[in-house]
Parts: sequence; C-alpha cells; structure tokens
Amino acid sequence: MDSRLLHELKKLLGSEGVLHEPEDLLLYEYDGSVEVAKPACVVFPRNTEDVVEIVKLANRYETPLVGRGAGTGLSGGALARQGGIVVVFSRMNRVLEVDVENQRATVQPGVVNLDLSIAVAHTGLHFAPDPSSQKACTIGGNVSENSGGPHTLAYGVTTNHVLGMTVVLPTGELVRLGSAAVDSPGYDLTGLFVGSEGTLALVTEITVKLTRLPEAVKTLLAVFDTVDDATETVAEITRRGITPAACEMFDSWTIRAVEDYVHAGYPVGAAAVVLIDVDGLREAVESEAEEVADICRLHHAPEVRVARDAAERDLLWKGRKNAFGAVGRISPTYYAMDGVIPRTKLAVTLRRLAEIGAKYGFEIGNIFHAGDGNLHPLIPFNGRDRDEFRRAIAAGTEIIRCCIEMGGAITGEHGVGMEKDHLMPYLFSASDLELMRGVRDAFNPSGLLNPGKIFPTAKACGEIYARPAAEMSAPPA
Amino acid sequence: MSIASMTAPSRLASISGPSHVVSESPELGAYEICGKRPAAVVRPGSSEEVAEIVKFAATEKLAVVPSGARTKLSMGLAPRQYDVALDMTRLDRVVAYDPADLTLGVEPGIPLQRLAAVLAEHKQWLPLAVPYMERTTVGGTIASGVDTPLRRMYGTARDYVLGMEFVTGQGVTAKSGGRVVKNVTGYDMHKLMIGALGTLGVMTKINFRTFPLPVDTRGFVASFASAERALELRHVIAHSPLRPQAVEILSSGAARILRGDVAARIAPGPSASEVFSKVHWTLAADFSGNEKVLDRCERDLRQMGEKCGGESFVVLSPDQMLPAASRKREFIPIALASSPAATIVKMGVLPTRMNEVLASAARAAETNSLPWAAIARGVGVIYFTLLPKDRSDETRLRVIQATDQILFECAGLGGNATIPWSPAEWKSSLKVWGLERGDLDLMRKLKTLFDPSGTVSPGRFVGGL
Repeated sequence: MDSRLLHELKKLLGSEGVLHEPEDLLLYEYDGSVEVAKPACVVFPRNTEDVVEIVKLANRYETPLVGRGAGTGLSGGALARQGGIVVVFSRMNRVLEVDVENQRATVQPGVVNLDLSIAVAHTGLHFAPDPSSQKACTIGGNVSENSGGPHTLAYGVTTNHVLGMTVVLPTGELVRLGSAAVDSPGYDLTGLFVGSEGTLALVTEITVKLTRLPEAVKTLLAVFDTVDDATETVAEITRRGITPAACEMFDSWTIRAVEDYVHAGYPVGAAAVVLIDVDGLREAVESEAEEVADICRLHHAPEVRVARDAAERDLLWKGRKNAFGAVGRISPTYYAMDGVIPRTKLAVTLRRLAEIGAKYGFEIGNIFHAGDGNLHPLIPFNGRDRDEFRRAIAAGTEIIRCCIEMGGAITGEHGVGMEKDHLMPYLFSASDLELMRGVRDAFNPSGLLNPGKIFPTAKACGEIYARPAAEMSAPPA
Repeated sequence: MSIASMTAPSRLASISGPSHVVSESPELGAYEICGKRPAAVVRPGSSEEVAEIVKFAATEKLAVVPSGARTKLSMGLAPRQYDVALDMTRLDRVVAYDPADLTLGVEPGIPLQRLAAVLAEHKQWLPLAVPYMERTTVGGTIASGVDTPLRRMYGTARDYVLGMEFVTGQGVTAKSGGRVVKNVTGYDMHKLMIGALGTLGVMTKINFRTFPLPVDTRGFVASFASAERALELRHVIAHSPLRPQAVEILSSGAARILRGDVAARIAPGPSASEVFSKVHWTLAADFSGNEKVLDRCERDLRQMGEKCGGESFVVLSPDQMLPAASRKREFIPIALASSPAATIVKMGVLPTRMNEVLASAARAAETNSLPWAAIARGVGVIYFTLLPKDRSDETRLRVIQATDQILFECAGLGGNATIPWSPAEWKSSLKVWGLERGDLDLMRKLKTLFDPSGTVSPGRFVGGL
C-alpha cells in the first residue's frame, strides 16, 4: 500500500491504531465464512472523528474501506475483497447512554451484542436480537447485516430494534439518521441503512430499543423419531397461530455433534429435536406451553421435556448457541449456509437437502430457526481438498436455488456479502438489481466503501467455483 | 394546461382502455388534491399498465399521483404538478395468501376492510386499526404511513411488510424483500415506500406477514385529573410485565369531539365513547389473551391505576371495546370534520417527554386562543389538533404562530413534529413537514434516483420532494 497513506493513518491513530505487517493482517483475512481476502492494513478508530478522517484519507488515496466488528459474519461482509483498509470498531465499544425510562440505549458500533444486555440486565431490560454469536459479535455488525437470532421469531430482527444512527458517508460527511423518538419524518433511511452490509456508510453510533425481559419463560425440548414429524410439528404450531419466543430444530447429525461437545442432555439417536421457548405473562406461558406440548405429542413425539429450572433451560440453550462450535470439532472447515423458505415447506425442503447432500457426497447437518423457516444447512468439508471445497460450494448453490424454488430467499440473516452475490440474479431481475445498485451509488458514488459485495460482478459469476487456491491467499490488487 | 396533458386521455385510453379513462370535469373533481385538479383519471388494470402509464408520463413531462379510496390525499404538501390521477382501485386482488405460513401478497387497491374479511376467515388479521377504515385501501394506508394504536404490540407497517413490487418514476418495475418472514437479501427499498406519499414510485404489490386474531380482548379505561397522572400510568404499565395491544391517552377536548354528533356520523353504531371523560384526561388500554391473562391484566391495571390517581375505572368487553376503539381510530377524520380549519400536528417524542410536550402544545394553543384536542399513543406519538372556529386570515396567523411554537418546543424536547393535515390554502404558510433536517440531502438523492424527472407525486413530501 501507499507508504504515505500508512504514514498518515499512523499519524492520526498512533502506531497502536494501525496494523500492516503481514502476520498481523492474517486474522483479518477471515471472518466466519469460507471466504478469504487480505487487507492492505487494519485501523482502529477511537471515535467518530477518527472515522471521518479515515474516510477522507481513503478518498484522497482512492483506497477501498471495509468496516468490521468482531469478524463473526458468515458471508464475507467484513472482508476486504478488493484489498484496502479494514476499519475495526473494537476500540469504539462504549455504551454511550442507557435511558431505562424510555427503553432506549445509544451505543458505539463495537459494543458486543450480549454486553449491552448484560449492562442493562439489572433494569429488567435487554437488547432482543440474539445471534448465536452474541457473546462475540458487535451491534455495529448486527446493524450492517440486519442480524437475526433464535428469539427474533417473536421479537423481530435487528432492523425492528434500531431507531436511529450516526453514520459517516463514504464522502466523509457525518449524518444523523432517524431519532430516539419514533416516527422520524421523511424516507425511512434508518430502515434502508440497516442491513445494507456496510456498503452505504460506516456507522458510528446506534440508538436501539430495549425490550422488557418476560416475566415467565418455559423451555421445551421435543424429541422425534422422524424429521417429518418434527417439521409437521413446527408447521402446526405456526398454523395454530402460536408464536413461540423461539423454535429451533436440530437433526440427528447436529444432535450428536452438540451432545458430544456441550453435554446438554440432548437425546443422541433421535431423528430430530425441536427446542421451543414460550414466554410472557405467567398465565399465558402455562397454557401456551401445554398447547405446544400437546401438538408435539400429536405428531408422535415420544418425549417432550420441559426444563424444570433456569439451569436446565440454560443448558439446553447452551447446546443451541454453541452448535457451530460443536460442528467445528468434527469438521474444522464447514460451510454454514443460510436460506429461507415458507414454513409450510419445511418437510419437503429438508428431504431435498438430504438428496443434494447425497448427490455431492456430503452428510448435510441441519440446525436452524424452524419457526421462521430460516435454514442453516451445514456442509462439512476438507478445506485442504480443493475438489471437496468446489463440491461443497456447488452443493451450497443448489441448496440456495432450492430455497428460491420453494418461494424463499437466499439469506435470512447472514447477508449476501461476497458469498452469494452471484446468486442475486436468481432472485432479482436486472431492473431490481439496477435500482439497488443505484441506491448504493447514490451514497457510495466512488465505490470505495466495501466494494465487491451484494451485487454480482462480471467476474463473480463462476469465480467462487473456480477460485484457485493461490488466489485465495493472494495479496490484494 | 400543456398540450401533452390535453392529449393524455387518448394515450391513456390506448393503455388501459377508454372505459377506464375519465377526462370529464365533474368526475375529475373527486380527484382534486389541495385544490389542484388533474386533466385525466386512469384506472389501470395491471402492474404492466401502471408501468406503461408512468413511463408515458415521464416521457411527456406529466405528473402522476396514485390514489386509492382518496381519503388521505390532503396529507402533506400540494403536488407541484398534477396531470394524471392514477386510480389504483382496479388493482384489488389478493395475489397470494398462505394462511398456514401467515404470509400474504395483495395488490394495493384492495380495500382494507375487504381484506380483513378474507383474513378473518382464517382467524387472522393485519393489525392496522387506521383512520378511514371503512373505505381506505391497503396501498393508501401504507403510502400515507398513518399509524395504528396496535403498534404498541405489533409495531408499524415497516415491521410486517415483507416485500414490495413497485413502479419507479421512470416507469421501471422493481421489487425488494420477498414473501418470507425473515429475509436480508438486498436493500430494503420497500421500507422507503412506506409513508412516502407515492413520491418514489407506485406500489403494485405488497407482501405482509399476517397475525393470528387475538382469542379474546378486554379494554380498560380510567380517567385522571391531569395528563401527568394518566401518563404516569402509561409509564407504570410500560415497566410492568403486562403487554397491552394499545395504550392511548385522550384529552378532554378529544373526548368531547369523539362523543359529539360529528363523531356519531363518521363512526356510527352503538357508542361506548361516554367512557372518555369530558372533563378529565382518559387512559385507554387494550389487552388480548386468554381469560386468565385478561383477569390478571384487569387486576394489575386496577391497582396501578389507583396508585396513579385514576378514577372511574371501566372494564370493556369486546362488544363494548369495538365501538369505543372505532371512535378513537377515526379521531383524525372526526377532528377534521369538527372544525372549519382543523390543523393536526403529529409529534414523535420520547415517552417520558410526552407530558412536557403536551403541556407546551396546550400553552401554544391557548395563548393563541385556539381550541385544541389531543390523542397520544403510549409509544410516544401525539396527534395534537387545533380546532379553530373559522378560516379567516387572522385565524391563519394565529395557527401559524401556535404551530411554529409547538414545532420548536417539541424539537427542543428531542421530538419531531409535522403538520400532515390543515386547510389546503394554509399549507404554504405552515411548516407542513416540520423543521429543517440534516438528512434531507440523502432523501433528495433517493428522490432523484427513483424519480429523476419528478413524475410521481412531485412536491408532496419532506422538503418539497
């Protein structure tokens, strides 16, 4: 990279605020996805003013910029696909304001998701979006990807909880969007910027809603002898108009993986389990839990376990939240997919996934947010075997096309990033994409901010299939 | 009138058929917006026709304003130009409804009431308790961004619109979002259309998630000597485990117009509106759930209400709730019909600031000798209505003074305020879209992208966009 740019960045942030040695950059070549891209340098702003100056420098040196939180993303959103500067927000990790009375908080983007909930726990409030990576992922990252989580079934995803933010546009301009008060007049810019995958602005402050913790929670674990019984149960719960706080499903492969690792008491040998939370007023939870248990039994669940206390509940949930880690023990490299289907199509889709797995020679694991039809097929593969990698990617593409055929979407919470940009044309027409590109270009005219994301590029079609091993670790252009 | 707008009817007829184009004077009057009358009305029968009409208009530099039941065309500013009224009422189909998945796709021209009946067959609903309920279309509801008291539990349309297809100001058909309940694929452009008054494009299909109808409901009404006490109960509820569907606070002035003859004409039927106090402030809270839940809510609420100094505590059964709720729901049309120059300020404020904001608005109204009525939602929305006795120029000046003061003081208290409704001829001298905003430039960029030649609803929105 340009040594003058490096010098200026160091002058701005101090040498502790800039990384550029190859060994220091290694970590930032990765996120939680199977993608790899090497930045030219990594910077750590301390405040909004630093971010503004970094953006101005990037403009002056015509260098790409990519925002990054904890790097837990699963679609390569925080990777420097075209090299350049990665802006890591880990030093901007303060909760700026908690307004208990109005159930609001204003945070810097580097605040870890769970840390906000912990910070306000004594007030009986929490930040409702709870990605499985919530112990590590940051709220800035959640905003960029519009992250979900198990409990977003009842409580809504990130966008439903963000009221406003301060952003630095790729031009260096500082703008406040939305407000702590509801119904900010004008176009819903906050709604547009949440989930824009870091392509429209760098976010430096976020105002969120805090949600009251429920008075009562019941956690049920229903065990099934067939996958179809489990999916039918989920469909029936939906059909009856019950919205559990969470409704998660594991197949036999993931049950084994999780149980070996977490020892949460999951029944190894079962074809599937469904983990369900119902919450609310004590009076509502009692009857709703009973109804859910009845539906499970109606669909031949041989066992419906109700967690007796908080400790048992936490253990069951520990199994869910650590599932990806558990899979990692079995297969150090795996492809964590993300697709959405209508909830009525769960059974047929899971059968299709098993067929696709067989076709490409994989046993695909499934652990997912069944209640909102958000699938997470896991394809374990040997990362050193290029052919296997290619097959895993091909199987993944077929899975996503299957979701589209079912009337679904290509990502429910992980984002498009550089993982699925080439799949966008399967879902959106040329004019849809042209308008979306227009939106990006309106705010990010020089294309310096997070280039190569969301939109299919000419070379991206097929790139992912044929990417040579050398290119995976090649220095940026 | 330009030559293009004079020849428009024949061109529109070639697109949608002559029977769906009107260019005769009396009928055109029904499409007036703030005194502006279009040269033609066209009723397209498909999204393709919508695209063709808009494309034609863009080429000919004509301006098009989409409308549904035309109940809220007076919101916002007058269009800068208005040649063609795009009547969307023929696009009124339910395109897809999967009750088992609780998802729905409709064309925008479908009346909300008719859609509600379709959903009710499956014990489902869209929690849109919006004004003009008897006539309004889904598209008009979404485009106008009117809110609903049920947002306390369900959020607003932005929380349950899953995706959209729309025609941009250039006549290009585009879509965003999808039909599934969770989706982060691509930019959420459909969120921009909500409340945009048709200034970015014309919606041609809207996808929703639907919700199960509550098994049972119960309403609770209490009166309070002051807004402060009523709001105190609002805060106590917010910090309790109770999850009401709706919490609203009404001033005595609001109760008076809701109980009056005008209200009886606009929202007829048996009235339970006498539960709203004509002398005090009223808090109304609606709950849903099973009987045990409702009993618990009733018990807790009674206790909380008494602690906050509540009086005349009334419990409403679903049968009694309905008429009371419909009166509250129709507050805006009732207020507009209750004064020759009703001017409604809508404010979004932090809940703990509502008391100060209400007090300051009341002062502004009273200093200027203007009768007022207010209805507030617990989430921090206030509809503050000035009800002048005439439309004279002198009155206009007093309304300008009062609204200016309300807007500035609301901003000072961290809120935002607009004036969506007022006499048309006053709009140019009122701050219809509120005080200047730092993000207007970004909004302008979007308008330029979606509608570069100012074809769709030009000038109606924030900053004259």
